[in-house]
Amino acid sequence: MSSLTVDEAPQAASHVHYLNVKFGVKSWLFTTDHKRIALLYLASITFFFFVGGAAAVLMRLHLLTPGGLLVEPATYNKLFTVHGILMVFFFLIPAIPAVLGNFLVPMMIGARDLAFPKLNLLSWYVYILGGLFTLYAVVAGGVDTGWTFYTPYSSTYSNSHVIAAALGIFITGFSSILTGLNFIVTIHKMRAPGLTWFRLPLFIWAIYATSIIFILGTPVLAITIVLVALERLFHIGVFDPALGGDPILFQHMFWFYSHPAVYIMILPGMGVESELITCFSRKKIFGYKFVAMSSLGIALLGFLVWGHHMFVSGQSMYAGMVFSILSYLVAVPSAVKVFNWTATLYKGSISYDAPMLYALGFIGLFTMGGVTGMFLASLGVNVHVHDTYFVIAHFHYIMVGGMVMAYLGGIHFWWPKISGRMYPQGWARFAALVIFVGFNLTFFPQYILGFLGMPRRYAVYPAEFQVLNVMSSAGASILGVGYLIPLIYFIWSMRYGPVASANPWNAKGLEWQTPSPPPTENFEEIPVVTEEAYDYPVREAQVA
Amino acid sequence: MQPGFSLSPEQASTIAPHVDHLFYFLTGVTGFFAILVFMLIFVFAIKYRRRSEDEIPVKVHEPMALETAWIGIPFGLMLIMFGWGAWIYYQDYNPPAGAFEVFVVGKQWMWKLQHPEGKREINELHVPIGVPIKLVMTSQDVIHDFFIPAFRVKQDVLPGRYTELWFKATKPGRYHLFCAQYCGTDHAHMGGWIVVMEPREYQRWLSGGEAGETMEQAGRRLFQQYACTSCHFEDNTGRCPSLRGLYHSQVKLVGGQTVTADENYIRESILDPNAKIVAGYSPVMPTFKGQISEEGILQIIAYIKSLKSPERMSAGK
Ligand code: HEC
Ligand SMILES: [Cu+2]
Ligand SMILES: [Cu+2]
Repeated sequence: MSSLTVDEAPQAASHVHYLNVKFGVKSWLFTTDHKRIALLYLASITFFFFVGGAAAVLMRLHLLTPGGLLVEPATYNKLFTVHGILMVFFFLIPAIPAVLGNFLVPMMIGARDLAFPKLNLLSWYVYILGGLFTLYAVVAGGVDTGWTFYTPYSSTYSNSHVIAAALGIFITGFSSILTGLNFIVTIHKMRAPGLTWFRLPLFIWAIYATSIIFILGTPVLAITIVLVALERLFHIGVFDPALGGDPILFQHMFWFYSHPAVYIMILPGMGVESELITCFSRKKIFGYKFVAMSSLGIALLGFLVWGHHMFVSGQSMYAGMVFSILSYLVAVPSAVKVFNWTATLYKGSISYDAPMLYALGFIGLFTMGGVTGMFLASLGVNVHVHDTYFVIAHFHYIMVGGMVMAYLGGIHFWWPKISGRMYPQGWARFAALVIFVGFNLTFFPQYILGFLGMPRRYAVYPAEFQVLNVMSSAGASILGVGYLIPLIYFIWSMRYGPVASANPWNAKGLEWQTPSPPPTENFEEIPVVTEEAYDYPVREAQVA
Repeated sequence: MQPGFSLSPEQASTIAPHVDHLFYFLTGVTGFFAILVFMLIFVFAIKYRRRSEDEIPVKVHEPMALETAWIGIPFGLMLIMFGWGAWIYYQDYNPPAGAFEVFVVGKQWMWKLQHPEGKREINELHVPIGVPIKLVMTSQDVIHDFFIPAFRVKQDVLPGRYTELWFKATKPGRYHLFCAQYCGTDHAHMGGWIVVMEPREYQRWLSGGEAGETMEQAGRRLFQQYACTSCHFEDNTGRCPSLRGLYHSQVKLVGGQTVTADENYIRESILDPNAKIVAGYSPVMPTFKGQISEEGILQIIAYIKSLKSPERMSAGK
């Protein structure tokens, strides 16, 4: 993985693989190959990521001055709504499962494809259809409800394109359900001979846990959104007290999905993390079973803590207390993972290849996000920082610091497999550093802003908050550049990158035992698994 | 407050120091663990860096005790965080008896407040120091949130029901009031000031300006205007329950349940009388939904609350 120049770029790999087996738009739009569908997703979520990111850039620019620099409050409200909806539903939720999950699940378990390849393609079309509705809502004039759609604002008072956006989210939800279903069946039914449950890569455990949430949680979101739309269109009273409804009911239903959705977003990232840490320290993961079970623990406990979004909503004090203690309980498995990853490094053989830098960045940022979750779960403190920038900082540390870092780490790790090419290591390491620095500069000041009392979703703010806001905006510009760098070198590498070997990182895992890029059927012969996961060679310690 | 730069918000209520102590405790404990993890990563990453391509690490043993420790110790600490936080939350929820009441109505995008003495304010609330103040709040449209960072208190303000928030200010000054729940276009402008005054000054402020009628008087006027008096007599004669001593009493309902007659119950009795029928009476009370403003309802409630009677006795109760 030395540095390279263009004239070194060798010819494309000579074997027949999933990328060169057929050409033309049709061969992509009608493909049922999980690897090609993964690339369709990769292109589409990258698009949504940069649209959502553009909204964020405008917001940070606007907030440079207390009175707001750029837009009217009404427009600002639409910006944060679009940012939230696109990033949550069209980027974070599908990112790792639909791109890396799609690409890797069959290969990691030694299968030729997912259980239902056509369903898999359908889920991409459903996703795109949902995306089109949402983009329509944006282009037609925008939505201003926030991604949380709180009633009765969304169902009665907002004069924006709520229905189109809601429909977009509703439709996309089905793509999640189909993907989840596909993964669960595949993991249960199609593992290669010898690949027992406790030999599965931890990425598979994480995707499995995520799929459970997809299937159990997403229908609740769908129902909730339909009810909002019905109330808006036909004035049936479900959530609006003026029509006899209950606005808190909406919050219960919304968070019953949306809290577990937080774990949809982070669990797959944790799975990627386990793959990266083991490969780049050449070690078996410390506490395999604890890490695997903590994924399931998170998926199940995650359904019991939605009320921690409602500590000041007017729910009863006792409900608040129950949700608080359950929230601490769900923090334990996450902490277990962090400790096990750290312990995995102990006496390892640690390389600083680009994916590892993302992986280490992930632990740092995820830990920062996790510990501030301890503040938010603590009732007395929550009352003060609830709905302030403290919360914004907290979930960006988890979602952007954690999940996006892991996603990028994963893309860097499997890129040679996906594209058959290497990318410039130096640039990749540099980008990881820029992102890490830019991220902290953007979001750390927001913790302080929140503690000082600046509420979220404010288009204007009192002058004493300006210094911290300017720091945050400065950080955002660095972060933005950081995200553009990989986009450029990945595109560059597709043509000019040096050809990757089948296993450039010397990693364990079935996906590395097939050529890069893999043939359409993944394996010439279905492998038989005889060893544990991450069975990297070890030597006995010398006794002195 | 001057625009300036500080890392912690002003402390101006009795609860604020409690919240801050917990905040700093959390910072200390979680900071310790976070730094521990970062240091370990840093040390491991340097000490065990790959020195040659064909390096093979030594086998490490995975002691069960370690896993147990890093499950058990953090969880033990979390129980402290939970308990401490819950203790503060309990105080947030339980205003001291005899707290002074102020009524708040939120609407897109302003706060309307009224003191029991009748004084009205918009986007500003004057309060004396050292006196517990309880806000009884509702919204005329969407959900808002009454947030005073310097007091470390916050509570959503909902349409169709009352929520409460209380504080005891400790330091004279002007403090930000924010709406913390997104409520539409001018959400960020839906703020104002809490003005905390010495009691003497507060009395002077209260008696300044036109006096107007008190909340109670206004309530009594409305009570007559809407002909509540035609059914609800002073005593328990007639086909309707007397409202004397109703507030905070236990009301027996048709069907056998009992409810506490708090603000939300009285409000519901006026707007949706058939939702809960008092035992021993028939559902003849008409609804006043859409006829009385949110402020009017609050005034009627203030009036009903003033109808005290130690010997509340009635057939159904
Ligand atoms: C037509 C007669 C009638 C009128 C007018 C009327 N009420 Fe009532 N009210 C009743 C009856 C009968 C009940 C008991 C049955 C029930 O719970 O609905 C009642 C119950 C109540 C209760 C609950 C009392 C308890 O003991 O729990 C309240 C509070 C109340 N009324 C307030 C009002 C107010 C305020 C008005 C005027 C805005 C009003 N009522 C006008 C007949 C009336
Ligand atoms: Cu949550
Ligand atoms: Cu608001």
